[in-house]
Amino acid sequence: MADKNAILAGLAEIVEEETGLETEEVQLEKSFTEDLDIDSISMMTIVVNAEEKFDVKIPDEEVKNLTTVGDAVEYIANAQG
Amino acid sequence: MTTPATITLTPTTPVDATAVLGLGIHRPELLIDNEQICQWIDSSDEWIRQRTGIVTRHRAPAEVSVVDMAEKAAAEALEDAGIEGSQVDTVLVSTVTHPYQTPSAAAELADRIGATPAAAYDISAACAGYCYGIAQADALVRSGHAEHVLVVGVEKLSDFIDNYERSISFLLGDGAGAVVVGPSDSPGISASVIGSNGEKWTAVSMDNSLLRLRDALFDAQTTGDAATLLDREQKFWPTLRQDGQTVFRWAVWEMAKVAKQALEEAGIAASDLTAFVPHQANIRIIDELAKQLKLPHHVLVGRDIVDAGNTSAASIPLALHRLRAENPEISGGLALQIGFGAGLVYGAQVIRIP
Repeated sequence: MADKNAILAGLAEIVEEETGLETEEVQLEKSFTEDLDIDSISMMTIVVNAEEKFDVKIPDEEVKNLTTVGDAVEYIANAQG
Repeated sequence: MTTPATITLTPTTPVDATAVLGLGIHRPELLIDNEQICQWIDSSDEWIRQRTGIVTRHRAPAEVSVVDMAEKAAAEALEDAGIEGSQVDTVLVSTVTHPYQTPSAAAELADRIGATPAAAYDISAACAGYCYGIAQADALVRSGHAEHVLVVGVEKLSDFIDNYERSISFLLGDGAGAVVVGPSDSPGISASVIGSNGEKWTAVSMDNSLLRLRDALFDAQTTGDAATLLDREQKFWPTLRQDGQTVFRWAVWEMAKVAKQALEEAGIAASDLTAFVPHQANIRIIDELAKQLKLPHHVLVGRDIVDAGNTSAASIPLALHRLRAENPEISGGLALQIGFGAGLVYGAQVIRIP
């Protein structure tokens, strides 16, 4: 099973690069739009970078279901198997 | 007796190379700023600038047609190329907003510029239409089918938007750009990369076909109830929609691959470019594409979208014209141009800037 802490850390780096937010602010319960103020275009950039970093596929229709950072970590962990 | 099998047909006489010989544009006079947009959608100047880069967009008045705008851009392109309309033997008009299924905008334009009996037809390739046109013009001239091809990208998108709709309408503007393609001593147009992905047919599209409007009119006549025809929620008049996230992802990461392929086919590196002129869809697509291509600092990037909005088939020649007007020294340099949009379709090539 993929290490969720490692996924969270990796995702936080991607979010920091795209938005300038500190990595510590990227926590599991945070909502991408409500808490982190990430818009739909930045979200797509984060998704594509996450696909590359974690070697997974995140289809467009799945992106709408990734409300929180935790949702994304969970999805990536499951996709990695 | 001569049998058909022994008769030799005469093919066209090819030429070695083509180039873009002249460039012209038309920007309609009405300017719509973000404050005006916010009369229709719940947004703000700051939000629109941050998400799209757009500050204003030009829109044409009701009495100005697609062909009117195309004619003005064509006149400047012919003058820039130093040829007369009568020397044009093919007219290609890329547009998705000419409001007649037939006849084409190109046939009327050909006549207006004095090019009759030039071959004339429209190209429906949305925001990739201009690059499709350049690819065809290059092929027609090189094969010897044509000598001077007028390629026009023109849109009056304001006729096909719903101002109250939030996915795409506020991005769009009207305008025209034209070039003349003709024979050249050395190659001024590279091999083109053109293609489509119909799997994403709905990603950018009209919300309905005109047949729905016809049926609604018929029903209203039958029932005597015309009130529903005027109901904005019914949206009988077809207007544009897009799935922004899907389009953004495709436009950046898939189109970066196409742009790199176009450089490869042209046999040049990004560092050989003078300018990068992508379709003006959204400043964030433009910036992200430039980042993906790792363009050196000396490469000028077309960012006409700030003042002109997204003008679909017209956006690349409009942006190139502006770059050249602001930096006359780029004439003779190499520009990578890439168009992408509804279909989904895409086209890219490298040209020598006229």
